[in-house]
Amino acid sequence: MTIDALPMAGPLLEARSVERSYGRTPALREASLSVTAGEVLAIMGPSGSGKSTLLHCLAGIFTPDAGEVWFDGRRLDTLGDARRSELRRTAFGFVFQFGQLVPELTAADNVALPLLLGRTGRRQAYRRAGDWLRRLELEDLAGRRTGELSGGQAQRVAVARALVTGPKVIFADEPTGALDSLTGEKVMELLVGLARQEGTTVIVVTHDARVAACADREVMVRDGRVTDPYAGEVLR
Amino acid sequence: MVPVSSEGRVSRYASRIYPRYIVIVMTVPLTLLGLLDREPSYGYDLKRDYDTYFGKGKPLPFGQVYSTLGRLARDGKVAAGPSEPGDGPDRKRYAITPLGRQEVEAWLAEPAAAEPFLQTVLFTKVVLALMLGRDAQRFLDVQRATHMRRMRELSEIKRDGALVDALLADHALFHLEADLRWIDVTTARLGALAETVRRA
Ligand SMILES: Nc1ncnc2c1ncn2[C@@H]1O[C@H](COP(=O)(O)OP(=O)(O)OP(=O)(O)O)[C@@H](O)[C@H]1O
Ligand SMILES: [Mg+2]
Repeated sequence: MTIDALPMAGPLLEARSVERSYGRTPALREASLSVTAGEVLAIMGPSGSGKSTLLHCLAGIFTPDAGEVWFDGRRLDTLGDARRSELRRTAFGFVFQFGQLVPELTAADNVALPLLLGRTGRRQAYRRAGDWLRRLELEDLAGRRTGELSGGQAQRVAVARALVTGPKVIFADEPTGALDSLTGEKVMELLVGLARQEGTTVIVVTHDARVAACADREVMVRDGRVTDPYAGEVLR
Repeated sequence: MVPVSSEGRVSRYASRIYPRYIVIVMTVPLTLLGLLDREPSYGYDLKRDYDTYFGKGKPLPFGQVYSTLGRLARDGKVAAGPSEPGDGPDRKRYAITPLGRQEVEAWLAEPAAAEPFLQTVLFTKVVLALMLGRDAQRFLDVQRATHMRRMRELSEIKRDGALVDALLADHALFHLEADLRWIDVTTARLGALAETVRRA
């Protein structure tokens, strides 16, 4: 086999010169970013620099005003709404700062929910939810309503819920933003550790350098542009 | 204060976590050289500017100014002008040489090793870069990346290591994080700082 015949690992997810404004406020200007399969990437940058907007564009929640988003060799931003929602449900998982769990439902219900919304049967869904709760060290809390959990416990449920469908990419926006540093670290450790076991790509927006230090690489967003801090670095 | 385990031995990984216990490196010669890179100056002017920006609470003794300039002249990094008539030692104007200029350039371009307690070195480099019209933003970006890389290594040590090593790594991580916050705040205020240090 020649070198040419070796499979080239292209990026799994890519933003090419993405632009996006809110009314007249430009949030992204020619933002470009490329993420390989299995990579854990941290996105950092000042408040208001466009990190969340970039994440939403990458995840197909927002469509960019200009530029392209590619996922797994396909153009994502030109897909219709239905196809994009389908992709988000099957290939992506999400963890936000808070507010994504249904507080009246139990931890097990919340984790089983994405499967039940798909085509998975009830028994199978709850069995897999139970597995993931165990992997997040939450088996004792499976029957507890999530409205009664601590912030750290709730975020671990959210991580289980994001991973239960076996997504290719997890998008996390300040997943530890509302937690103290020790609890946040535990959540991040579990998220990154499990994602690595599963080969899941993780893109995590964070202000916290200690959280970012759990990633393989970080990029900075400044004024709606992505800068790779290692580009052109002076090497010692 | 080298970290020591309960048995009194230096922890096995301590040397990995604190590669060299930092005596803040000799930045005085490089700082004076950097100040001279603006324009030729008398020892007195150098001392005044050093004390204003870098010597907060710890002014540079005149003796050290002249001995440092003497060494820099010996090494060909500065050149002393002819003695001018008058009293006291301060009768010479010093000018940076191409060799000295090269040294300042190289020093500013290189990020400091990511170790805790570096604030003064980082601060000095940023202020000098601004005074000399160099790309201070770029310096901060590279320094940030250097810190992040070290923090990733420490996170790995934490993941794989025993409790003692994890706690030592945490100590270094929190200090590097403090540096990083300072880097971010300074990055955000670089424009204002440039105004402040730019000479009239
Ligand atoms: N729904 C919105 N309507 C109007 N402007 C918005 C909206 N969402 C974001 N913006 C603006 O777009 C820019 C980028 O916002 P974004 O939320 O992406 O920043 P961020 O980097 O995630 O900030 P933070 O760290 O504070 O979460 C900001 O100027 C913000 O004010
Ligand atoms: Mg945000």
